[in-house]
Amino acid sequence: MTLTPVLTAHWDEADSYSIAGYMRHGGYSAFKKAFTSTPDDIINLVKDSGLRGRGGAGFPTGLKWSFVPQNDGKPHYLVINADESEPGACKDIPLMMANPHSLIEGIIISAYAMRANHAFIYIRGEVPQAFRRVNNAIREAYTAGYLGKNIMGSGFDLEVVLHAGAGAYICGEETALLDSLEGRRGQPRLKPPFPAVSGLYASPSCVNNVETIANIPSIVNNGVDWFRSFGTEKSPGFKLFAVSGHVNRPGIYEAPLGITMRELLEHAGGVRNGHSVKFWLPGGSSVPMLTPDLLDTPLTYEDIAAAGSMLGTGTPMIFDETTSVVRAVTGWLSFYKHESCGKCTPCREGTYWISDLLHRFEEGHGTESDLDKLVELCGQIAGRSFCALGDAAATPFPAALKYFRDEFVQATHTPANETYDPTAATVFAGVTR
Amino acid sequence: MSLTQQTRDKAREIISRYPQARSALLPMLHLVQAEEGFVSADGIALCAEELALTTAEVAAVATFYTMYHRKPAGEYHIGVCINPGCGILGGDAIWAKVTDRLGIGHDEVTEDGKISLERIECQAACTHAPVMTANWEFLDNMTPESAIDVIDKLIDGQAVQSTRGPKIPTFKENELLLAGFDDGLVDFGGQADAFMLAGLNRAKELGQSAPEGTK
Amino acid sequence: MTVTTQTVTVTVDGVTIEVPAGTLIIRVAEMLGTAIPRFCDHPLLEPVAACRMCLVEVEGQGKPVPSCAVTVADGMIIKTQHTSELAEKAQAGVMEFLLINHPLDCPVCDKGGECPLQNQAMTNGRGETRFDGVKRTFPKPINVSAQVLLDRERCVSCARCTRFADQIAGDPFIELLERGSKQQVGISEDQPFDSYFSGNTIQICPVGALTSAKYRFRSRPFDLVSTPTACEHCAAGCGLRTDIRRGTVMRRLAWDSPEVNEEWNCDKGRFAFPYIKENRLTTPLVRDEEGNLVPASWPEAIRVAAAGLQATGQATGVLTGGRLTNEDASAYGAFARGVLGTNDVDFRARSTSDEETAFLANHVAGKSLEVTYGDLETAQSVLLVNFEPEDESPIVFLRLRKAALSGKTKVFAIAPYMTAGLAKMKGTLIAASPSSEVKALLGAVENLSAQSIVLVGERAAQTPGLLSAVAELVATTGARLAWIPRRAGERGSLDAGLLPIGGRNTTDIINAVGQDISGLLIAGVGVEDVAANLIEAIESADFVVSLETRHSAVTERADVVLPVAAVTEKSGTFRNWEGRDRAFDTVAAVPGSISDAAVLEELAHEMGATLTVSDFWATATKPALVASGNDSVSPGAGQAILSSWRHLLDKGTLQEGEPFLAATSRVGVIRVSPATAATLNLIDGATATVTHEETAVSAPVIVTANMAEGVVWLPANTEGTALNLPSGTCVTVTSGGVA
Repeated sequence: MTLTPVLTAHWDEADSYSIAGYMRHGGYSAFKKAFTSTPDDIINLVKDSGLRGRGGAGFPTGLKWSFVPQNDGKPHYLVINADESEPGACKDIPLMMANPHSLIEGIIISAYAMRANHAFIYIRGEVPQAFRRVNNAIREAYTAGYLGKNIMGSGFDLEVVLHAGAGAYICGEETALLDSLEGRRGQPRLKPPFPAVSGLYASPSCVNNVETIANIPSIVNNGVDWFRSFGTEKSPGFKLFAVSGHVNRPGIYEAPLGITMRELLEHAGGVRNGHSVKFWLPGGSSVPMLTPDLLDTPLTYEDIAAAGSMLGTGTPMIFDETTSVVRAVTGWLSFYKHESCGKCTPCREGTYWISDLLHRFEEGHGTESDLDKLVELCGQIAGRSFCALGDAAATPFPAALKYFRDEFVQATHTPANETYDPTAATVFAGVTR
Repeated sequence: MSLTQQTRDKAREIISRYPQARSALLPMLHLVQAEEGFVSADGIALCAEELALTTAEVAAVATFYTMYHRKPAGEYHIGVCINPGCGILGGDAIWAKVTDRLGIGHDEVTEDGKISLERIECQAACTHAPVMTANWEFLDNMTPESAIDVIDKLIDGQAVQSTRGPKIPTFKENELLLAGFDDGLVDFGGQADAFMLAGLNRAKELGQSAPEGTK
Repeated sequence: MTVTTQTVTVTVDGVTIEVPAGTLIIRVAEMLGTAIPRFCDHPLLEPVAACRMCLVEVEGQGKPVPSCAVTVADGMIIKTQHTSELAEKAQAGVMEFLLINHPLDCPVCDKGGECPLQNQAMTNGRGETRFDGVKRTFPKPINVSAQVLLDRERCVSCARCTRFADQIAGDPFIELLERGSKQQVGISEDQPFDSYFSGNTIQICPVGALTSAKYRFRSRPFDLVSTPTACEHCAAGCGLRTDIRRGTVMRRLAWDSPEVNEEWNCDKGRFAFPYIKENRLTTPLVRDEEGNLVPASWPEAIRVAAAGLQATGQATGVLTGGRLTNEDASAYGAFARGVLGTNDVDFRARSTSDEETAFLANHVAGKSLEVTYGDLETAQSVLLVNFEPEDESPIVFLRLRKAALSGKTKVFAIAPYMTAGLAKMKGTLIAASPSSEVKALLGAVENLSAQSIVLVGERAAQTPGLLSAVAELVATTGARLAWIPRRAGERGSLDAGLLPIGGRNTTDIINAVGQDISGLLIAGVGVEDVAANLIEAIESADFVVSLETRHSAVTERADVVLPVAAVTEKSGTFRNWEGRDRAFDTVAAVPGSISDAAVLEELAHEMGATLTVSDFWATATKPALVASGNDSVSPGAGQAILSSWRHLLDKGTLQEGEPFLAATSRVGVIRVSPATAATLNLIDGATATVTHEETAVSAPVIVTANMAEGVVWLPANTEGTALNLPSGTCVTVTSGGVA
């Protein structure tokens, strides 16, 4: 399957992040077109396009918008989830650095559709250059008259505020993000009520991922048929695939959904020379790992699910045979323990315990009975935690054990770093720089 | 104490951006760090006063987020990503080298207050692994040697260019940015680097592109 | 729980039940007698579904659901741990997780024996732990206030305490700090958890994480004998549970009393009980020929007292305070009017007026449940007149705050400044100095309708004309009226007729001693309570009998002192401000300790009479309510009009012996408006001095934005700044400390 640069098409132009660079290729024409339609028409257009949320859950975007009650007299809020923090996910930050105006134009159209006069971009705090680029784009859009009061004489008002987070993975969870944006601890909220009914400031709100919203201008400009010419019936459109790990050319590859991992891997120059795939994760550490025999699985929501994993953020990580799976899983569990918000018992205590047990394996003194215990403990978190972070934390170990039980048994007596030389797994192994 | 009326004015400017004042708390805590180098008791009190919260309510928020420091950060706050995507690809080796060089560990500061260290989680730059940050500016595709080189330069007072951003500003300068006060450095660091352009370059090489729109 | 008339039919463990729509699953299970284990759930707090202990299976849902947060839908089929393996396993898993970092130090924990975690670990937990790692530990314990201690390692992060502080008390001084497995309850170092309601967090903590300085390590639940009681401190009428061990009160808890205090009480009610044992009178005392007060036998003391009172007879004034039960009050009424033949009887140990006498007689006495706690929640607006609920009736404050937060009720207050309590009730201040309260009241008419309630505090008596204006206001608007005194016994005393109908009020009685009053019978009155000089009156009276529980400035000067039973040693009834009777049992009988009523019975008998209790108000002639003349005070240069009330925690004698509680009391301050501060040359934060005649007190100034002009406020009866003068007094205010 071919690569299809849309959002990335002009990233090789030095001013791709500026309004001039964006407009050189037709930027800011979509919102003017959108303004000639009714908000409901835009919602229907996005519904018909089949666009699914690019933040990881894959929920149909148009449907999500349609949950926002209209003509209720309350202020509506559009909130952009730019808190990209999932291990493996690295596509929103590059997008905001190289092409922030696609996001801003998407915001204008989306806010218009859901009748929101206020939009917030919640960007993680650890990316100052992305912050600068988005901040600059907002300023340029205001100067051009594309934001503010009565945009282009349409009667539509829109204020956009860029808001920096402060270091908390959980704020990628949309209700935790809303609490954080309200100046609170980023702990998830009870649902119902759902944000569409009672979100930011208890008003109807929609939280959408950066890439999702950046897709909107192209859908408005080119239409549903064009968008659906990419991908599959259930997974239409194109996607920013960020390929990382032990590959020769890691980076951002924009391609239709449905491209296989093998094809993508080939574009990325294959696994580094002399090595082979040991395991791969289709979309972040929160989805179950897969083995090389599944490399031909199309990268769609439905096909990856059928293969026993999830598309997630669509940012595949490839690990070759130098990698200790014990070390990788232990590292991810340390991450979930670090990022657990503490609100619910299973996630707070479960990650503490599982992380502790896995460290023993990494150091070479786990026990075989601990393996059964770990499976049970993961089962005690999955489906019982308050939000999906707990489910995510319960994911890496059972998948790893399914494919690499022997390696965990090995780790009952031998430290991971003895079984797998950590130096061999580094990108600078054997390289003098 | 470096909190002044100007700090308070800036805090009020932040508050004015939001429909509800409390939304300003996270940027205000960044502002406090821009002034103090950490979230000081005075800073907590200032936020509490301006937002009509108790200091406990502010502390509850300040202690939840890892970017807020309990004690002064170094002038250059160095992060080494140890999440497996980076850690396995070299982050762990870099961490070992850096701590060895500086003689400090996680959440510690050198005696001269120049450098502080943090084992950081995923920075959304896995394509650029192994990744480090200096005052959160990207230092991509690092090696133990390049890491030491950067740190030595910073200690020496030499400018270090972020791989995808400006010459590294100080910790306080970048905290002011995150509080929403622009620093005019948007044009530095290039629009996209080779990793970000990998797909586009490949597509061009193969003559592939997205189909034109029909409407 | 949403109250609606709609019902839905659901099935729990195979039993079908019809319940109101919107009911939480966990409550439905309770209705059927099925206990679902829980920690974070509390019926009076918003659900959080954080602990995950109450997971149950709902047919058609893939994952177990938290029954504390999910409301029932019609046709829902619910399976609890009793019938669902999924629910049972989910709960067992959560319980295992809860215990891995719990210290399991039950043998030394206050909560052991009454601990939800311990109990549910026994019913839902496994016998042996599978956790062999290192438990999370914290340096122990930390004081979140002088009164409340926190052992963080015992905490299960249920957030009941922090939600209580935020949602119920409005004092978010304790919060969840840190995150993940490091999450912990804590305070900001500079701001302890000084809430009037902090003790409730100890009671609702489902583990032993929060304990009280007073009770810590003192007792085990199974050593305690519990008695339902009613609180003797204020007129709220809280239902309490008093726990004793070997005759000594160890602690008091708020008891479930949905109509009154729900499940809460204030820290005074919870912790201020050591006074009962402090400084007690143990035997009758009689003044001997040398003038010394010496122990005497009961027969002798009764004989001397009876003889003395016989002699003073109708020239005896009877002064009672706020500690009387209904039964005791009736006995004093019968004794004064029937035995002594005097109408000079007054229960108001404070500033009072004849205007108030008429107001109480016409608008309060004998009325029962015309305004209730529940009514506060449905009123459109509530006007507070010289009444600061958080300080003067804290449970009324909690109910008003609940009403205000629900959005149904608007609170307005005629007060000198925007108090923290009023702000917590989202109230609107109608700023008034004591000299402008009547005018302010007339202006408040626009906020009132027939769906309104006016709550008048006892301090209204200090402003001439105010109570008459209140009566007029409720008559014209149709708003309902309630009078809320500060002390537990006042409402019962009023209804028992301890009001000087045909007689003189407290001040006039005291001032008449040495003229046509020669004897005094005093019970429960502190010399600091009354504006007139009581000490002088006692010293100049021919004969003084004091019925008291503890030594005081009055007993010291009396001719006969008759010790009476403290509240724990007798049964009785307090009538609260609603006119609701709150009966209580004897907690710990003490041989020889007898109630006021029983002593008066003996005295009457000795005087050859019998006590005949009758319905005083059935025959009393109520005086017409006439506004007192307002001798308007006009402060001169350097002067301001005083406004003052007591904080909940003050130098009150019933708070003696409890230093932890005292340490949480609010410090004395002097409040003035910015303009008044400028006129008086006062600087925010600097010390100032308020002087009246011989008395001067100093405290730091707080320049208060939303405040009436020309008025200076400071708390009464507070350590260091007690200036026990009525509001409306003209005082001199100077910058700097006492010279």
